Amino acid sequence: MNEVDAILRIENLHVSVDGTPIIKGLSLTIHKGEIHVIMGRNGAGKSTLASVLMGHPAYEITEGSIYYMGQPLEDLAVFERARAGMFLSFQYPVVIPGVQVGTFLKKSVQSVRDEPIKGRAFRKELNEAMKTLDMDKSVLSRYVNDGFSGGEKKRLEVLQMLMLNPKLALLDETDSGLDIDALRIVAKGINQVAPHAGCLIITHYQRLLDHVKPTYVHVMIDGQILMTGGPDLALELEDKGYDWIDAVPEA
Amino acid sequence: MNEDANDAVGDYRFGFHDPENATIRFDKGLSEQVVRDISALKDEPKWMTDLRVKAYNHFIERPMPDWGNCHSLNQINFDNVTYFLRSSDATKNDWDDVPEDIKNTFNRLGIPEAEQKWLGGVTAQYESEAVYHSIREDLEVQGVLFLDMDSGLKKFPEIVKKYFGTIVPHTDNKFSALNTAVWSGGSFIYVPKGVHVEMPVQAYFRINAKNMGQFERTLIIADEDSSIHYVEGCTAPTYSTDSLHSAVVELIAMKGAKIRYSTIQNWSANVFNLVTKRGVAYEGATIEWVDGNIGSKLTMKYPSVLLKGEGAHAEVISVAYAGKGQHQDAGAKVHHLAPNTTSNILSKSISKNGGRSSYRGMLQVTPKSHGCRSKIVCDALMLDSESRSDTYPTMEVGNPTADLEHEASVSKVSGDQLFYLMSRGFTEEQAMGLIVNGFFEPFTRELPMEYAVELNKLLELEMEGSIG
Repeated sequence: MNEVDAILRIENLHVSVDGTPIIKGLSLTIHKGEIHVIMGRNGAGKSTLASVLMGHPAYEITEGSIYYMGQPLEDLAVFERARAGMFLSFQYPVVIPGVQVGTFLKKSVQSVRDEPIKGRAFRKELNEAMKTLDMDKSVLSRYVNDGFSGGEKKRLEVLQMLMLNPKLALLDETDSGLDIDALRIVAKGINQVAPHAGCLIITHYQRLLDHVKPTYVHVMIDGQILMTGGPDLALELEDKGYDWIDAVPEA
Repeated sequence: MNEDANDAVGDYRFGFHDPENATIRFDKGLSEQVVRDISALKDEPKWMTDLRVKAYNHFIERPMPDWGNCHSLNQINFDNVTYFLRSSDATKNDWDDVPEDIKNTFNRLGIPEAEQKWLGGVTAQYESEAVYHSIREDLEVQGVLFLDMDSGLKKFPEIVKKYFGTIVPHTDNKFSALNTAVWSGGSFIYVPKGVHVEMPVQAYFRINAKNMGQFERTLIIADEDSSIHYVEGCTAPTYSTDSLHSAVVELIAMKGAKIRYSTIQNWSANVFNLVTKRGVAYEGATIEWVDGNIGSKLTMKYPSVLLKGEGAHAEVISVAYAGKGQHQDAGAKVHHLAPNTTSNILSKSISKNGGRSSYRGMLQVTPKSHGCRSKIVCDALMLDSESRSDTYPTMEVGNPTADLEHEASVSKVSGDQLFYLMSRGFTEEQAMGLIVNGFFEPFTRELPMEYAVELNKLLELEMEGSIG
């Protein structure tokens, strides 16, 4: 493995929230063009991993290190991570009352790209992204996530991802609560970003993987990655659940 | 500016001041002679002089209010106020004729530019009097009167005499008495029957001198089935000593008429802003107050509407922003005095860095007024735990058919909102700015676009350097 190429390198990561250990010695390296899928039961620490990577202040790293593009991640504030090309698609996107989606997207893209964006070019880009995701333009004048259905929220997350064009995309249960059509559309968005980025997808379900082909599937149990495999591992988990892994000795 | 003062005003952009080149300046302090001198200087009719003197006597006798922020109110030193200051010999109608310093000030405030782009008329008041005034020709042709109040009294004394002080009498409160005694400047507007003034007209009030008292008086009469939108803005330099702004505004909406009165008050943090605003709406008429309070040390202002004719409607949409050392005591009063009248009150307030915002409201439905509807919504957003927000609603409902709704909420900016926005590349300050703009959006969208953009910029500036 060429270390220089790694977009994300996590070494022996330990994370606590309010003094309770959640992640207990996790290591993971993601290169450009790779799609990593993390599966596991509720409470295994999957979402904690996503939040910690994005810099949520509630989580404390007690041991280990994270490198993003070769730099220690802890040096970067949340907004600096975003500006450096990290993106988190939230499991529960937050409502921002009174802020229109269009305004929000433009300001966000502006702050991340660090260059003035031209109105017409931006609109063209936005139109294309919305077309890819089969979104109606009327969403632009609605307030961010206000009154959105679960599916609409997830679609808006993916729209943001397309517009911000990240180097590292973290997707926290972006597929939850989607009907099959929405799932296909979200997958389309992921596949568009994936070739130029490292992707970390947290999911409970194999069905997303019918549309997104993972490079690796990891099984996370009790704050650790206990097993890593290819796409077939997801099918096996779908079939057998997680209990059999607990019994397998640590690799 | 010392550090404390700097801290208190944050990034107030309008705190600059010009040299004080007064052509006439009265000595500080108030007396019957000062009142008579103001009237004499303006060569007013006797009835106005008499009214001023009567109001002065009432002001002297009337105690200070015993409610609201008494501690702050009692800091006002009426002897240390300049009650009249003339800085230009006449009101000009060409910016090139306005004295250089003053012209530059209004250029910096963007007034001539706004006038060219989107306004139907402009009056610019500097200290006690209007220094510039203009109205679009097409409005003049339609018979619309838009003058500064002093000229209004000179040219249309009968109309002024008929309405002046009928909506806000000098006995209404201590500060309406003060205003009636020493008023100077303000706007006088008459819109003839059936005329709709499509472009807003604007008044801009600027205090420049230290310890200045500005007491403008505005009277707007919209005749039957006419409409007008009046916009006012106000700023002042930042000084370590206080200034006083105490205006009276009277609106009269005849049958079927509509008046919208929008204010963006952005006084510096050393200005007491104590204003009485009231309108009367006759049958089927509408009065809308769109009232933004961003600046000042203490504001006490409760735009009111008397719904006197059947089917009349009142709308009061207000926002208040209270930063360090500021108290915004604002609200709305609506009196349903006729059947089937309706009202909407929306109040949004933000307190930050120990600032205090209060909503004080009055809703009255008289026994004869059946079929009235009213909705009141008060939302407060606290940006930290040192700040304060309170609500003082009063309802007097004398008719059982009234349909009333009252919602109130107090919220804080959540950590989840900040994290979400920061994960999209916004700094914490930018995230706060976005949340604040969003919170005020129901107000901002009621403003002319140029004002909305300006207000959003202003609030974003307020958020800058605010997070430790």
